Amino acid sequence: MKQFQSAWFLAALLITSVSLPDIGNAAEVAVFSAEQNIHIRALAASCAACHGTLGNAVESDSRGSSAVNKADADTNGANAVLAGIAPADFTEKMLGFRDGSRKATVMHHHAKGLSVAEINQLAVHFSQQKRVAKAPLKPQVLNADHD
Amino acid sequence: MLIMTNHFNRRDFIKVTGAAGALLLSQNSFARATKPPLGRVVIIGGGYAGATAAKYLRMWSLGAIEVIVVEANAQFVSCPLSNLVLGGSKNINDLTFGYDALKANHGIQWVQDTVTAIDTGAKKISMLRGELSYDRLIVAPGVDFNYDDLPMLASAAAQQQIPHAWKAGWQTVNLRKQLEAMPNGGVFVMSVPRAPYRCPPGPYERVCQVASYLKVHKPKSKIIVLDANAEIISKKGLFTKVWADIYTGMVDYRPDSVIAGVDVATKTVTTEFDKVSAEVLNIIPPQRAGKVAQIANLTEKDYPWCEVSFLTYESRLVQNVHVVGDSIAAGLPKSAHMATSQAKVCANAIVQLMAGLTPDPAPVFANTCYSYVTDKSAMHVANVYRYDEAKKIMVSADGGGVSLAPSDKEGGYAAAWAQNIWADTLT
Repeated sequence: MKQFQSAWFLAALLITSVSLPDIGNAAEVAVFSAEQNIHIRALAASCAACHGTLGNAVESDSRGSSAVNKADADTNGANAVLAGIAPADFTEKMLGFRDGSRKATVMHHHAKGLSVAEINQLAVHFSQQKRVAKAPLKPQVLNADHD
Repeated sequence: MLIMTNHFNRRDFIKVTGAAGALLLSQNSFARATKPPLGRVVIIGGGYAGATAAKYLRMWSLGAIEVIVVEANAQFVSCPLSNLVLGGSKNINDLTFGYDALKANHGIQWVQDTVTAIDTGAKKISMLRGELSYDRLIVAPGVDFNYDDLPMLASAAAQQQIPHAWKAGWQTVNLRKQLEAMPNGGVFVMSVPRAPYRCPPGPYERVCQVASYLKVHKPKSKIIVLDANAEIISKKGLFTKVWADIYTGMVDYRPDSVIAGVDVATKTVTTEFDKVSAEVLNIIPPQRAGKVAQIANLTEKDYPWCEVSFLTYESRLVQNVHVVGDSIAAGLPKSAHMATSQAKVCANAIVQLMAGLTPDPAPVFANTCYSYVTDKSAMHVANVYRYDEAKKIMVSADGGGVSLAPSDKEGGYAAAWAQNIWADTLT
């Protein structure tokens, strides 16, 4: 609490400097952006519509709970969980979709549009993500005053 | 307040100085909020694009950008899958979600209000109940319906009779009820506006969904499609085959049919060549950039969509204002997945700009769009889009395409797509 009060005191002293940029915070973001590779993180994020935020696909009945099982995802490939995937595993599948040697329903339409370098970098990106269990979002009753 | 902690570090200290400064320097009612060092982004619209931008701005800035979303509605209702409500396999309450998880998980501030004015010079927006200042503004209002040529449909009363059901909500429920009340042998008439409009395959998916309901429950009924376009503009071969094979003899498709007038009382539509009466009439009106984009002067007189940079989604007309989602001018489909992909590129660029860094000079993203042709069976169109430095637009990469045929397997994928994009957007 004492720290809290003294901080407010300092804040009052420094009021005229609030418009100055905070070098420290910008530097933290710069380090994070460099670590993440901004090109790859935004590309990887666009995979989330099917594969979940940071590769953590939702476990849902419609997909079958078995699809979170890696072996099943191997055979059916649908909405595979990408978080924590072995980079070699990811790369092998994507290159297979890309050259047509691996059978796909949808993924060939994506893999063919990516460069080999992007596929390799996506493999690293997804391998670094922690697997987190994701339940489907709970729906609500529509309010009477909605459009 | 967030600073009541024993672990008082540098960032907390800065939040305090920011808060104190904001208290004294700003006159608006939201100024009590702390102002983190990299500044404030206000986002107008909590749909797929706006909600996604909010989440990823917070994630990728490590919380150093303050994000405030202004959204008129308390709930999110998904347009994707809403045609299944018309088919009867989904209920609107399966597609309605709250914003609480998104707000709490990412420390996003939220204002439920309607924007009335935007002063892009002073970097300030006005709402019915207050004002907000911003360092950067993201405008994500979706589409607005243009009733200039169909003034008889502009009122709420007319839309009670003839719903568009093109923004999921009570109009979707209304249209389903009208279909349920329609006699066997009744005619369902649906119009398609000139492209571009929200969800290119959406009208044709709707025809499939209505047909799947009528085929079982009202087999003597017919569907007439009045399409202002010269042909089916998405997944044409697949839809044509589905109508011929699954809904044989039910769908009367009429291209080049621009609506000239509508008699609301008798549900009669006139085109240049036709006069068609309906038991249930669904006019999908012509569309333009959302109202907020219009009041911020982000569109030019002769073209009703917002021109943006595809590196940052910053408006080409107004500095520090970004536009994402259905409102932008682009040769890109106005889909939910596209809106979220644009929002992520935009958030990525804003984080870089606000930290004094350079945005990605060559963004690339994916789009997958499913259409349900029955209650279970779906088909896709999927593409990767890549920034073209010479053309300065996103162009589709080689290798994209559509399903060979619809399947129940893809119906499962489509359901999983919905679960994942909802969770990505709203948690």
